[in-house]
Amino acid sequence: MPSRKVTGPVLGITGILLFLLAWELTPRLGIVQERFLPPASTVLKTLVDYLGQPAFWGDVGETMLAWTIGLGVSVVSAVILGLLIGSSSFLSKATYTTIEFLRPIPSVALIPLAVLLLGVKIESSLLLIIYASFWQVLLQVLYGVADVDPVADNTARSYGLGLFARARYVVWPTVLPYLMTGIRLASAVALILAITAELVIGSPGLGYQIALTQSGGAVPEMYALIVATGVIGIIINLVMRFLERKLLSWHSSIRSEVVA
Amino acid sequence: MTADQGMGTTTMGTTTARPMLSIKNLKKVYQVTGGEIEAVRNLTFDVADGELICIVGPSGAGKTTLLKCIAGLLSPTSGSIELAGTPVSGPPKAMSVVFQEYGRSLFPWMTVQANVELPLKNQGVPKAEREKLVADALAAVELSHVPKSYPWQLSGGMQQRVAIARAVAYRPKVLLMDEPFAAVDAQTRADLEDLIRDIWHKLGVTILFITHDIDESVYLGQRVIMLSNSPTVVQDDLRIDLPDERDQLETRSSKRFAELRTHVYEQIQLAKASKPTGVVATQKAAKR
Amino acid sequence: MSIVKRVAYFVGLPILLVLIWWILTLGPKNFFVPTPGELGQTFFEVWAGPRFVTDFIPSVIRLIIGLIATIVLGIVLGVLIGSFRWLRSLTEPLLEFFRAIPPPVLVPLFLLLIGPTDQMRIAVIVSGAIWPVLLNTVEGVRAVDEVLVNTSRTYRIDGFARLRHLVLPAASPQIMAGVRQSLSIGLILMVISEMFGGSSGLGFTIVLYQRSFAIPEMWSGIIVLGLIGIALSMISKAAEGMVLRWYRGLKEVQRDS
Repeated sequence: MPSRKVTGPVLGITGILLFLLAWELTPRLGIVQERFLPPASTVLKTLVDYLGQPAFWGDVGETMLAWTIGLGVSVVSAVILGLLIGSSSFLSKATYTTIEFLRPIPSVALIPLAVLLLGVKIESSLLLIIYASFWQVLLQVLYGVADVDPVADNTARSYGLGLFARARYVVWPTVLPYLMTGIRLASAVALILAITAELVIGSPGLGYQIALTQSGGAVPEMYALIVATGVIGIIINLVMRFLERKLLSWHSSIRSEVVA
Repeated sequence: MTADQGMGTTTMGTTTARPMLSIKNLKKVYQVTGGEIEAVRNLTFDVADGELICIVGPSGAGKTTLLKCIAGLLSPTSGSIELAGTPVSGPPKAMSVVFQEYGRSLFPWMTVQANVELPLKNQGVPKAEREKLVADALAAVELSHVPKSYPWQLSGGMQQRVAIARAVAYRPKVLLMDEPFAAVDAQTRADLEDLIRDIWHKLGVTILFITHDIDESVYLGQRVIMLSNSPTVVQDDLRIDLPDERDQLETRSSKRFAELRTHVYEQIQLAKASKPTGVVATQKAAKR
Repeated sequence: MSIVKRVAYFVGLPILLVLIWWILTLGPKNFFVPTPGELGQTFFEVWAGPRFVTDFIPSVIRLIIGLIATIVLGIVLGVLIGSFRWLRSLTEPLLEFFRAIPPPVLVPLFLLLIGPTDQMRIAVIVSGAIWPVLLNTVEGVRAVDEVLVNTSRTYRIDGFARLRHLVLPAASPQIMAGVRQSLSIGLILMVISEMFGGSSGLGFTIVLYQRSFAIPEMWSGIIVLGLIGIALSMISKAAEGMVLRWYRGLKEVQRDS
């Protein structure tokens, strides 16, 4: 009886290889013109060439700089505001409509404003990144605060724990998983907005390079850069998931102590 | 006091008619990493038309495997299962199944009525007939008052009743029940047991009832088949000669009930004592 | 809570913010920030006028077509891939990679492949917004409860009926979550595809105003985009409310038990 030899990871790699094969053959067989779709080997070679160029890494650095600062500022401000709003019933109710109103506004709408006020610099990217990432984190923090077990909180209160002690032992452990989710979501959004800002506004970074290659007709270079952004996206995702696991596995034991 | 061997004997003194369900030399071996597990070695028994038989066995005795094979959800490694003379190769049309996890077997996005109606709709039964069958089934399980409720709005016992109503409205020839009352409280279980006998009397459907509850098997069945530990074979096959009219209080406190119950209990203890041999046996055999 | 209180919470902070805005602009005319009155007037001048037809409508139509194509394609492909384990394993790494590509980079790509046409804008929307729908559908289809699957099999509910009564409803919570995400991505892509190499539409108009320093007009455009975003959010909430009514009830019961 034939047993299941072909397992998941093998199939996955097969899928990738099949895709690369199709990508290689499609332009070579003339199905799509090569000037629109260079074969996979050309693009990958271009990408490898890029990896040896300092200018490339400079652009990566610019993008990641904007990403880091933007993410950092939005996380800190969202945590502070989120904890404040979430722990006050008055503030929660008063800000509800404003948040629901501002949140769905696409940050790309702010692009012209950014250009006007801040010009073609990293600050424009930051405006967009912070605006978009902030909401992701804020929402999760609010969910987290709402999830705090009132029994645990009251118990802490009755033992005379002050505001900061309660925040540290009761609120924070409950909020942390939500916060990690928010940061993970925000990290993806931040990358998207960083690239967007560079693409549309022209602030320095990978997105700007992509725009240049497109307008200059450097097609394999454009594809190579696009692949690079995808790789960066995957790396960020993997790092975030790793951090999440690390932080939360340490924390879940503390959480169960608090609630019990 | 004697236990009949179930194979081939007539039931209730009638002439030997073709059995409704015929299981011959059923064997099921699972392939796992590191070897094989022989869950079921050899199960052979017949179920006559209109019979209500219970199957008991220790945990891990392959009861669920047996049920899945009979229901056509699993292919046996060897052996045959025949429903009214036709071999079972996929879920047979004339069979319906009531699972233990009532909460997960009802569609939560449909009302009670829609749930009971779905198999009939799927068969293409015309609307008027469908409505009557559904109404009758709901009445039989005493749930006529909640057709528009959703399953998750009902209690556990009520949900299982809906599953039973669905199985019954389908008008199957054979009704399979996989430990259906294991997850409800004792009081509800007693009510549901009487409900099953009631439905069985009214519809004359053949019922295969799997349970781990020894008392339940004796109370419900005309016959109790006891399974050994895995690799499973039929350990014993007992005719229950209690009166047809059964009552939770009277029947369960009768002397005959106690005798039958003891018999089954002893057999199950024997079955538990023989340790499961599955993988180890295969590996040992390979070493030889 | 009384009606008065409820209304107060509802409009309190927004009104306060508008008030502050008005007060801050009371002084000498600020180049970057128009007064509330100015903005209101400009808003109607611009968007109740010819721009409504030349820019607003085409943009919205492109968005709607793009989103519908996204949802349909995403669900169909998702059901297909989710239903066959080998297909899932085969395509999963690829799909994860494509999802990780920041959608905006597709704009120059499609600009190159297709040119600055409406088809290109719709293609951009679909290729960026499809991933949440697709991946969530795959996950939802994969995770259908085993007991429900067995139940359907025993009652011989197969094929199209199985899709309609079992698979799609069971996966609908996941699918709706994916659709919700794809709406915002679609809007972003629509705007970017018009800002970057566009000749008409909301995105293009706003950038035009910005470049020609027509500040109140620019702000009015920003507000229009915001309103579209809000409208999409409300529509998706309403749709979810309808499709997932059973799911909410179920979750409530589970929470209480």
